[in-house]
Amino acid sequence: MKAWTGVLLWMCLAFSASAQPAGDPSPLQYRDRAEEVRFHALTAELRCVQCQNQSLADSNAQIAHDLRREVLKLMHEGRSDAQIKQFLVDRYGEFVLYRPQLEASTALLWFGPGLLLLAGAVLLIVHVRRRGRAVPVASNDDASQEEREW
Amino acid sequence: MNNPAPESKTKHRLPPVAIVLGALFFLGLMGLMLYGVSRSGKPDRDSLPSALINKPAPAFSLPVLHDPSVHVTDKQLRGAPYLLNVWGSWCPTCRDEHPILTRFAETKRVRVIGYNWKDEPSEALRWLEQLGNPYMVVLADQEGRAALDWGIAAAPETFLVDGSGIVRWKYSGAITQQVMDEQLIPALEKVEAAAGGKHGAPDLGAAR
Repeated sequence: MKAWTGVLLWMCLAFSASAQPAGDPSPLQYRDRAEEVRFHALTAELRCVQCQNQSLADSNAQIAHDLRREVLKLMHEGRSDAQIKQFLVDRYGEFVLYRPQLEASTALLWFGPGLLLLAGAVLLIVHVRRRGRAVPVASNDDASQEEREW
Repeated sequence: MNNPAPESKTKHRLPPVAIVLGALFFLGLMGLMLYGVSRSGKPDRDSLPSALINKPAPAFSLPVLHDPSVHVTDKQLRGAPYLLNVWGSWCPTCRDEHPILTRFAETKRVRVIGYNWKDEPSEALRWLEQLGNPYMVVLADQEGRAALDWGIAAAPETFLVDGSGIVRWKYSGAITQQVMDEQLIPALEKVEAAAGGKHGAPDLGAAR
């Protein structure tokens, strides 16, 4: 498990074109348990802007440290989850949301899988119906044998 | 099989529509793959489009690296376009783009402002001393708080801001001569054209 994490971290570092600065290593200070739970739920829904296939909660990129710190600060200021998300979207774009807003530009993202599924279902139904129409005559053993006997 | 199933006798032929649709789907997938492969060679393949393009540059007030008692604000920089280059002495890629940026800055076509991001001031000063300082002024953002407002994710990153303080262009990663010729210069020409052809070095003293 540990080895895998190391490999993933290495890949993440290797593929990010740019370097990272050193940062403040002190851990985040939560006020209470509820805040910690809310923080983890929120950062798990946000994407790291540098290590793009990791969530903000998971990423070890320096910018992710900074953004986590900022998210916690905004929570302390009493902002709602929606406001914090908007704060990040305003600066880093829709990309930071794992569940982007429904807009013209993200419609394909939202409905694409459903459309593909629907297309598959339609194809399947058409195919099955066609076979259903063709097969009973040919595959009905009794009928064919009767026909032969006749 | 000496007793073949009855349906195998009736030959199933796909309707032409299905064949055409299948071929189109396959070609589409091929196209997508080729697009992916052609993109994978670009150094900025992972960079995201900036959310700030055509929006006002964020408000900031940052100390000058060479004299922290002096602060520069976004409002002081208005009136003429400027190029904001995010760098740090810890960033090897910044070293790569340094000569190209320097050559561009020496043309004095536009103010080139350094944004020293999350850096140790002594290290940053040494870096500039070793490699040369192409910047008109270097702003120091040691904590990296103001960088979040700019949507900075990594260094180097470069912004082009027009005279009215609107971000017009951004590039993530090292600026190469190609990026300079194909992206930055055209973007700058647009900015200059929109400003009514006001060329030349703007008032460099404005920010000091």
